[in-house]
Amino acid sequence: MEGMIMAHESDLNLKATELRLGLPGTDECEEMVSAAKNNKRASPESVEESGSKGTSAVKSSEHETAPAPKAQIVGWPPVRSYRKNNLQPKKIESESGIYVKVSMDGAPYLRKIDLKVYKGYPELLKALETMFKLTIGEYSEREGYKGSEYAPAYEDKDGDLMLVGDVPWDMFMSSCKRLRIMKGSEARGLGGAL
Amino acid sequence: MDPDPKKSKFLPSNLLNSNGSSHPQSLFPDEVLEKVLSLIDSHKDRNSVSLVCKDWYNAERWTRSNLFIGNCYSVSPEIVARRFPKIKSVRLKGKPRFSDFDMLPRDWGANVHSWLVMFAKAYPFLEELRLKRMTVSDQSMELLAKSFPHFRALSLSSCDGFTDDGLKAITTHCGNLTELDIRDSVTVDVGGGWLSCFPEDFSSLEILNFSSLNSEVSFEALEKLVSRCRSLRVLKVNESITLDQLQRLLVHAPLLTELGTGSFLQELTPRQYEDIESAFGNSKNLQVLSGLWDATSFYLPVLYGACSGLTFLNLSDAVLQSGELAKLLAHCPNLRRLWVIDTVEDKGLEAVGSSCPLLEELRVFPVDPYDLDHRHGVSEMGFLAVSRGCRKLRYVLYFCRRMTNAAVVTIVQNCPDFTHFRLCIMNPRQPDYLTNETMDEAFGAVAKTCTKLRRLSVSGLLTDTTFEYIGKYAKNLETLSVAFAGSSDRGMQCVLEGCPKLRKLEIRDCPFGNAALLSGLKKYEMMRSLWMSSCNLTMKGCRLLAREMPRLNVEVIKDKGSDEIQADKVYVYRSVAGPRQDAPPVVLTL
Repeated sequence: MEGMIMAHESDLNLKATELRLGLPGTDECEEMVSAAKNNKRASPESVEESGSKGTSAVKSSEHETAPAPKAQIVGWPPVRSYRKNNLQPKKIESESGIYVKVSMDGAPYLRKIDLKVYKGYPELLKALETMFKLTIGEYSEREGYKGSEYAPAYEDKDGDLMLVGDVPWDMFMSSCKRLRIMKGSEARGLGGAL
Repeated sequence: MDPDPKKSKFLPSNLLNSNGSSHPQSLFPDEVLEKVLSLIDSHKDRNSVSLVCKDWYNAERWTRSNLFIGNCYSVSPEIVARRFPKIKSVRLKGKPRFSDFDMLPRDWGANVHSWLVMFAKAYPFLEELRLKRMTVSDQSMELLAKSFPHFRALSLSSCDGFTDDGLKAITTHCGNLTELDIRDSVTVDVGGGWLSCFPEDFSSLEILNFSSLNSEVSFEALEKLVSRCRSLRVLKVNESITLDQLQRLLVHAPLLTELGTGSFLQELTPRQYEDIESAFGNSKNLQVLSGLWDATSFYLPVLYGACSGLTFLNLSDAVLQSGELAKLLAHCPNLRRLWVIDTVEDKGLEAVGSSCPLLEELRVFPVDPYDLDHRHGVSEMGFLAVSRGCRKLRYVLYFCRRMTNAAVVTIVQNCPDFTHFRLCIMNPRQPDYLTNETMDEAFGAVAKTCTKLRRLSVSGLLTDTTFEYIGKYAKNLETLSVAFAGSSDRGMQCVLEGCPKLRKLEIRDCPFGNAALLSGLKKYEMMRSLWMSSCNLTMKGCRLLAREMPRLNVEVIKDKGSDEIQADKVYVYRSVAGPRQDAPPVVLTL
């Protein structure tokens, strides 16, 4: 599906005729977050001679800095790492998020995650591993999650228990109702359900 | 002043000097002076007292029982032991604040062990230890657990270095423990086994806080502990404790004044819902509430019965929307302190303004600090709304993505009593979004209007003008944090010259160079510390400072891949202990 749309766009040359506010060639994400290393490093000689050279250095480095949409500066904003809600995905658009409950066999508590935050299976699995402190292992179509203690499964719209990864990601996002991290041994029967 | 051996001097009151003046100190027997001084708690007052004369210095040192050291490297354990013989409680701070934001190497220092070794020898009657930003190893915890038979209270804020084993030593051996508070000390390897190691008959606990612990604890052990400790007044559990578990804990501890819940998301039966609702309803003494992970509009109402007496509501772990917050705040008319996440948006802050007239402190944290999406979070409108409704506001920490000068001017007119004003516009060097001007006038207004201002954090697009204002008006300023601001050395110079009470100055990514650094030569000995990173300092400038001021420690941390000339991170602090011996290789002491 995606491939078809792309071909169509290139025929119409939409990008060239697009009405935008910025200069041609500038990226949409124009607000830049200058990486720490861009912050005016005046040449050593000029600093020794006179501190006021700092001003010109400021101007020149702002000119040079390329917009880096998602560049993160170390230690900025000054938020403590335990506040970064590592266990909780960003709830930016919580009105339209896809929230599913996640349970783990043997654990007494439920978690809730927003599937929209993840771009694909690898990210989702990584988040689950971090959240529940376990390893999930490699997925293969034939054998499911081989060699790992736990396997992620989900309940779909029809109430069937499926292995995470069996269907394309978009289909998974729209059909997954609830996630369940099962003991690897119990998940054996689920592999290759399609 | 050299400490004298204690001796009693009683002189008859008719003994005056030949010129008719009296020596007041010799009319006081030491016992009387000591009795009076033992009533003084404030360490600042005690420091002043000790400067009056030799007798008062001695009387003070013999009566000081609470030790506060704001920078563990400013003095050595030996010097402390020599001066103060009778210490029962210690408060010790270590790393510079920017270590909280991962700006220091892991092994930077501030290890408490050498202090504990000294305490074990000199203060066997030690009862309390409160550490902030220090490294505490398991070995240190074992030493602590076994060296002080009267030990009662351990509080670790933003500390690291320990594991489950260290905590086990504490819970196993400290039979008189009243307080165990590891609050925001998140060490990856800390398991929850320590909670199960309290002896069966242990019952003295009054304060227990393990809210940021990443592991599970045994609920069975926790429930037994809570039911045994009849004096428990502060309980802050971690996210692993569920709602129905919380209900059982509350039933055992109806006298709690401070509660940190666990996860607030669980499928409850109607019966369970009622039970937890009534448990909260019975908690009539609650003043402080926190935790509330995953709280939603469905479960928040169970809290309402406990909210009328709340003075501090910490929602910084609860991702709430504006409506949920508004409904909750309607039940909290006595709130003095509120911490929230910016998902409540400006609308939520309007509810704060209208529901919390007694509010003194507001902190708004970003749910996603790295998201550049400007459509979310809070703006100047929310802050304005709070300032209109909460005229007693004196402490604010506000993370936002847009702000205007006009708004800040109005805010401080509404609330002139700010003592702590920490505004973080998250995009570095962002101008006033309406006028596109610098934010100089905003912080100028803060400095001018808020005469009681003690702590200030600035952000946004700022020139030297901001610092001229600060130097000119902020005469009570003690702590200043600056990032991505200023135009030249002059900015920093204005602050160093103008703020007489400045104690802590932390600067990052500003165009301040050696001239600025050296302009504060005399000043730094009157301050606790100076931090400058990613500025325009060179090794040469730092060496010059170190040479001119031998009683300052000048430490440079080199970043990977930087050249010989730049001084990437510089930490300067006064010390009577000389350069420290425990710096890792990446930290150069000049």
